[in-house]
Amino acid sequence: MTDAALTTPTRGAARTRQEGLEARLKVRRASEARFILYGRLAIVIALAFLVVLLGRIVAQGWTTFIDYEVTVPVYVDPARVDVADIGGANFDMLVAQSIMKKLAIQDDDLGENLGKVMELSSNDLGFQLLKQVKADHSLIGKTVTVTGPVKADAGLYFKGEIKRSTPPDARKLNDLQLDWLDRLKKTGAVSSGFNFDFLTKSDSTEPEQAGVLGAVVGSFMMLLVTAALAIPIGVMAAVYLEEFAPKNRWSDLIEVNINNLAAVPSIVYGLLGLAVFINWLGVPRSSPLVGGLVLALMAMPTVIIATRSSLKAVPPSIRDAALAIGASRTQAVFHHVLPLALPGVMTGAILSLAHALGETAPLLMIGMISFVPGVPESITQSATVLPVQVFIWENASERAFHERTAGAIIVLLAFMILMNLAAIILRRRFERRW
Amino acid sequence: MQTKLAAAPEDGPMHLSIDRATAAAPVGEIKITAKDVAVFYGEKQALFDVSLDIPGNSVTAFIGPSGCGKSTFLRCINRMNDTITGCRVTGRIELDGGDINDKKIDPVLLRARVGMVFQKPNPFPKSIFENVAYGLRIHGLANKTEMGDIVEASLKRAGLWAEVADRLHQSGSGLSGGQQQRLVIARAIAVSPEVILMDEPCSALDPIATARIEELIDELRSQYCIVIVTHSMAQAARVSQKTAFFHMGKLVEAGRTDEMFTNPRDSRTQDYITGRFG
Repeated sequence: MTDAALTTPTRGAARTRQEGLEARLKVRRASEARFILYGRLAIVIALAFLVVLLGRIVAQGWTTFIDYEVTVPVYVDPARVDVADIGGANFDMLVAQSIMKKLAIQDDDLGENLGKVMELSSNDLGFQLLKQVKADHSLIGKTVTVTGPVKADAGLYFKGEIKRSTPPDARKLNDLQLDWLDRLKKTGAVSSGFNFDFLTKSDSTEPEQAGVLGAVVGSFMMLLVTAALAIPIGVMAAVYLEEFAPKNRWSDLIEVNINNLAAVPSIVYGLLGLAVFINWLGVPRSSPLVGGLVLALMAMPTVIIATRSSLKAVPPSIRDAALAIGASRTQAVFHHVLPLALPGVMTGAILSLAHALGETAPLLMIGMISFVPGVPESITQSATVLPVQVFIWENASERAFHERTAGAIIVLLAFMILMNLAAIILRRRFERRW
Repeated sequence: MQTKLAAAPEDGPMHLSIDRATAAAPVGEIKITAKDVAVFYGEKQALFDVSLDIPGNSVTAFIGPSGCGKSTFLRCINRMNDTITGCRVTGRIELDGGDINDKKIDPVLLRARVGMVFQKPNPFPKSIFENVAYGLRIHGLANKTEMGDIVEASLKRAGLWAEVADRLHQSGSGLSGGQQQRLVIARAIAVSPEVILMDEPCSALDPIATARIEELIDELRSQYCIVIVTHSMAQAARVSQKTAFFHMGKLVEAGRTDEMFTNPRDSRTQDYITGRFG
């Protein structure tokens, strides 16, 4: 009897049944194929959204990471710089005058051209000059070469954002200034490179000098506070609720409430932070400490839920084995159950921290929207965080800040990806088979 | 070992081959006494007034059909039922004359005296050495120098030493089923218990591994009081000196193995042994 004969009976009733089965099988296979198609379609759509979103952000922000610098040999005119009061001298004017000399620009009586030239280079060059002359008085009367960024709008011109085609009234730089910029570039005084300043400097009123360092350090400090509070308290609470608490109406009530807390809108936590931490307990406003406290409250329910489900996933045979050898409940949990649940706990903790990193609304309420020009040195000093920095720059009037908004978002996303990678790597490393 | 395997095949009703030497072996003093023990899971009663004496230095087997309460009764002896929510135990169980359910007794210390081996081998996901040493560590029974010796002795006693001596620090989960069960037994005997409870220890193992475990049980009985729950009457006939037959939560009959299997007093016992049910 061959295989074909086994599956395709030839006799009467069996044959009809077989044909019926085959027909229905066709329908089943078709619906299966449709389902697979829908699944693939859903994934494609989701990925498409992601690609479009990320693509837009990267397209808008990648130019942030390029900066244009101008090198100017500045003559430190002794007539303008008084040794006794170096700080009082107008170094920006000296820089502008040197540029005019280089380009052989004549000035009129009103000194308008000087003013226009000063709009081309950043006052960072003036700062550098000030520092150098203060350190070495002998530089007065000599020519010092300084390199610094061009001013924000000039940078936008070089990157192609400000075009000659727009009518001169609608743009920040007039045709004359654009000519001067082109000539500067032709002389080789302008160089472009990776904008390290963006990552090493803090916020500033001048867009070309604004960087994310202050926000990054602020975010980092705040995450430290959040982690230090949310993770130990959350894990311990979950261990108690899962392993030790008697299962009665009270523990059910607590479980429902914790699940609800995880769903509360984040801005409510901001209000809570404002009312309790700042107004009542007097924690310094806008500090990483109060930001960390508020976000710890937000992250805790997530940590508790993730830890509980990891503990539930540990097979009861391990607990039984530990108890049967004479381990106390605490020993059974901490020596056996928790180590096995560790991968899930760590993933939950890191993901809740990554979530906290991107929170903006509650932090706005507790005052982290203020302009913070420096890097915070302790958790009680004023600070800002990356998402709030993005918010501040987006609302700024200067056009150059908008480019930096997208750049800051890229930095933020890079952090998120790093944290998620860390979660995956740590999970793999600690996973134990049982 | 040859003798045991030759005795294994069941010849049929009432002619269960009993290893006469094992079944008639002498037993020690009464170690565990149970009086009117009842167990409730919530509202449902699982055990009805079980009274039984279990002798030391011997093997006692609990037999009966599925769901008859033998595992439940076994778990009463080391108070593992305490870990099940909603489980209530009434009655009196004495170990060497002392009530184990007394408020002053800490179940943790009780379980150092009464060890347990489960149906599915459950070594800790740690190294073989750590598995055996764990009990010693938490009860503080050995210092660093003694630890290695006691671990070795326990593994030798359990008949596993030869196979794992060169890989003590590898994971216990990498062993075969039979080896894992012997590891679990080594873990239990490392703390020098007085009683070892075994809940169907061989049901997840192949016949060769089963035979090895049964041989081990036979060697251990001179030193420990062993209580074994088994669904195999043949196994009970092979390894035990006393047998207790449970049915629907009640203890129907208990007595010497050789007498139970050749001349049971109760008709239900007779029906079970001859295979009419269960």
